[in-house]
Amino acid sequence: MSSVRCVALCRFFFQGDQTIKALDHVDLEIDEREFVCLSGPSGSGKTTLLNAIGGLDKPTSGEVWVAGKRIDTLGKSELANMRLHQIGFVFQAYNLIPVLTARENIEFVMQVQGVDPEQRRRRSMSILGEVGMDDMEDRRPAQLSGGQQQRVAVARAIVSKPAMVLADEPTANLDSVTAEHLMDLFVRLNETHDTTFVISTHDQRVMSYARRLIGMVDGRIVTDEAH
Amino acid sequence: MTPMPGAVLFRLAWRNLWRNYRRTIIMLAAITLGVWAMLFMTAVMRGMVDDMVQTAVRSLPGHVQIHHPEYRDDPSIANSMPPPDQMLLDALAQAGVVAWAGRVRVPAVITSERDTRGTTLVGIDPEAETGLSFVSDDIVEGRFLGSPDDKGLVVGRKMIDDLETRLGRRVVVMSQDPDNEIVDRGFRIVGVYEANLENLEEAFVFTGRRYAQSMLNMDESISEIAVLGKSYRDVSDLSHLKQLEGSAREVLPWYELDAYLGTMLSTMDGFVLVWIIVVFLTLSFGLVNTLVMAVFERIREIGLMQALGMRPSMILIQVLLETFLLLAVGLAAGNLLAVVSVAALSDGIDLSIVSEAMQWMGVADVLYPALEIRDLVTTNVVVIVLGLLAGLSPAWRASRYQPVEALTKV
Repeated sequence: MSSVRCVALCRFFFQGDQTIKALDHVDLEIDEREFVCLSGPSGSGKTTLLNAIGGLDKPTSGEVWVAGKRIDTLGKSELANMRLHQIGFVFQAYNLIPVLTARENIEFVMQVQGVDPEQRRRRSMSILGEVGMDDMEDRRPAQLSGGQQQRVAVARAIVSKPAMVLADEPTANLDSVTAEHLMDLFVRLNETHDTTFVISTHDQRVMSYARRLIGMVDGRIVTDEAH
Repeated sequence: MTPMPGAVLFRLAWRNLWRNYRRTIIMLAAITLGVWAMLFMTAVMRGMVDDMVQTAVRSLPGHVQIHHPEYRDDPSIANSMPPPDQMLLDALAQAGVVAWAGRVRVPAVITSERDTRGTTLVGIDPEAETGLSFVSDDIVEGRFLGSPDDKGLVVGRKMIDDLETRLGRRVVVMSQDPDNEIVDRGFRIVGVYEANLENLEEAFVFTGRRYAQSMLNMDESISEIAVLGKSYRDVSDLSHLKQLEGSAREVLPWYELDAYLGTMLSTMDGFVLVWIIVVFLTLSFGLVNTLVMAVFERIREIGLMQALGMRPSMILIQVLLETFLLLAVGLAAGNLLAVVSVAALSDGIDLSIVSEAMQWMGVADVLYPALEIRDLVTTNVVVIVLGLLAGLSPAWRASRYQPVEALTKV
């Protein structure tokens, strides 16, 4: 069963008389447990595609299906619910909630899901260990390095066992060693948790981890090959 | 649908409140001072009105008054009424009646060897008046009357000064009898009283009831019966007296006798509410500004929370919860400050420096602020309700952001 299906997906932005085609009739199918990299230069539409798949942005036209359900027609609350239960996000700029500690950030999604405190604590401590952060649970984001923050963000994205993780340039702000560790972590999680990963990047090192590499230029898919 | 995660919303709201420590402290100080101003000024106003009513009630009317139906239009001897019959005596013996006294009260002229003044001659039962009216407590020179047959005259300090006479001297009091004949009698001044309000000291002179009745040739008739209940605020305990109303007598509560004060008291609650709202409106500009800034600074974070699966309604509730906590802390501090400052002034505020103005308003020189539970409740409810309404706009805006727009805001 496909995890993601996009049919003739378009996302246009209008600036005066000018129309910017961020996504231009994109057709795409991603199966469960795939490890996919979207590559391409800046402005090629990678992030816009991820946003559309994650229900963060409404396409101008076309269809987006996630886990067999069409999501481009859903309302805000339904989309939030879909993201809460099916998708984990990792953003380029870490994006942790600054007033919560590392553990509280990880538990945040589970709290919104209504997971009981005991289970939340057990799972968050386990995932903190998995990302090598088990001694930093009480630190706030400002007390963590960029790499550590990104590991907390990854832990938060996968702790509730979503069917799919969408990562937008997850290594862009990391040094090469930390980036390598993060990608190793993604691969391990993909294999052990059966989670589908869709990662946008223009970093060659990240692309080398992909099992399927999709190239984009000017809002269109120009290459799609197994890696 | 996922239930509201109350604990995490509360934690986020509380911690967000202290993110910009200085701004929160300034806003809290403003709310605290505003709430204090609402409560303290209300307590002062309540104290003032309370004092006006207490003074008015003690200056003879009582909580309920029984008199001839025409007496209010023409308070002359012609409109007197017979002494209380058994039915009235039974009604006056019922629970709810704390004290009562029958009086003779007629317009009169008082003359000393130097001057003449218009006044009201009041014939009283001294024992019955104790606790009911001001005069027995306010004797400052000489003595109070001893019995209804006492032939002495108790005069106010101002009247003594006006007449240029003094304790122990004789004066002549002149009035009319039921046949409209002039009657007069010489009285010796046996006591001098000083009232809360100087104008009362000119308004009334007192003698024994039976002595007044004999002077005015009115047998056992009386002008009025003043009845004291448990509280001037609620005279429902005395409502049974109303049933005795008929062609020979009228029964009126104090607020109908003194319509000005009655209206003032009944409109006081509305005035307090308007005062609270006006103070809050000045506060609300700062409050809305604080909340708008707090939301504006966190747009990306709001986008992140939406991306992670928080519904718009949860974002709305989180911002409103933040507003509520800000208001609750400010209210707690403001309430505490008001209670402490009113308690610190339990001995009263000395306003003798503006004594004349206070006298004119019918208020004593010392003002006792009265903080009432209902004013505390009204203030807290109004501030919370209006505060949440003020917070609704920024909260609504926060919940309406598109996640992708919010996440890319710089």
